[in-house]
Amino acid sequence: MKKYLSALKAAFPYTIPVMAGYLFLGMVFGIILGSRGYHFGWAVLMSVFIYAGSMQFVTVNLLTSAFDPLSALLITLVVNARHLFYGISMLRKYNGTGVKKPYLIAGLTDETYSILCSTEAPEGVDSASFMFLVTLLNQIYWVTASFAGGLLGSFFTFDTSGIDFVMTALFIVIFINQWKSQKEHMPAITGVVVSVVCLIIFGPDNFIIPSMVLITIVLTILRNTIERRA
Amino acid sequence: MAMTNTQALILIAVIATATQLTRALPFILFPENKKTPGYILYLGKVLPYAAMGMLVVYCLKNVSLTSSPFGIPDAVAVLCIVALHLWKKNTLLSIGVGTAVYMLLVQLVFK
Repeated sequence: MKKYLSALKAAFPYTIPVMAGYLFLGMVFGIILGSRGYHFGWAVLMSVFIYAGSMQFVTVNLLTSAFDPLSALLITLVVNARHLFYGISMLRKYNGTGVKKPYLIAGLTDETYSILCSTEAPEGVDSASFMFLVTLLNQIYWVTASFAGGLLGSFFTFDTSGIDFVMTALFIVIFINQWKSQKEHMPAITGVVVSVVCLIIFGPDNFIIPSMVLITIVLTILRNTIERRA
Repeated sequence: MAMTNTQALILIAVIATATQLTRALPFILFPENKKTPGYILYLGKVLPYAAMGMLVVYCLKNVSLTSSPFGIPDAVAVLCIVALHLWKKNTLLSIGVGTAVYMLLVQLVFK
């Protein structure tokens, strides 16, 4: 119990920016789904089992079009292909996390990944419990918000447009932190340059998969150089 | 509602399973009790930096430089975050101020 309490204390501060973003986006999700005639239970169901922000917004559209599970399957694989990168990055860190491992994998969203790949549990805090609680807290924010959004409908009194920028801000700050923690900047530069080039060539809706392929190719070519310098 | 509850449930189950597959696949292919190839370990070491760069671009993908507001709110907010973070090195401060600046710009200046 004490192990979890110290891990909770250590994990919570890291999740605050995600809390802000998830509470807002989760509410928006719940409201949109509710406005399409779905009871809030559906929003909760999706936030528990799908738990992937952008895909859940796509799902709202799929639910209101013709029933086509095969297309849904393919769209999901394409939209969420970036998770493959996260999994490969976390293979080592998730080693030896035992019974917590399946949940750590199931809850590996963009935001949870961004925290866990750039943060180590502080001295004296159990690493598996720390990672577990970061993952769990984030999902609690997300599920709670979609529940509230689905329940409340549209009782918003203040203008919140632009608040979703909190996610962009989080990723930029983590990018800077990662940049400063490393002498080797080739992987970071590769990620940005290749993605921008692919965005220009393939457009905003189709650039992630080409980016992933090209990033992998470039990093493979650079392997000898990077490993020699390390 | 365009479909029956059963159809909606099936659709959600399919999407949830496919999402979880994208998360679990690396762990299924490279289990703990087998030696992971050196190449994959190398990718695991360098990908976090590349993936975070890709994620930043992904967040900004819908910014249009050719139509109003020409990406100005985004550019100003990003510069604020970078400058503030290099100066104060305070994660929550950088994120909070950057987001506030962006919200003010899109709500009051570039309506």
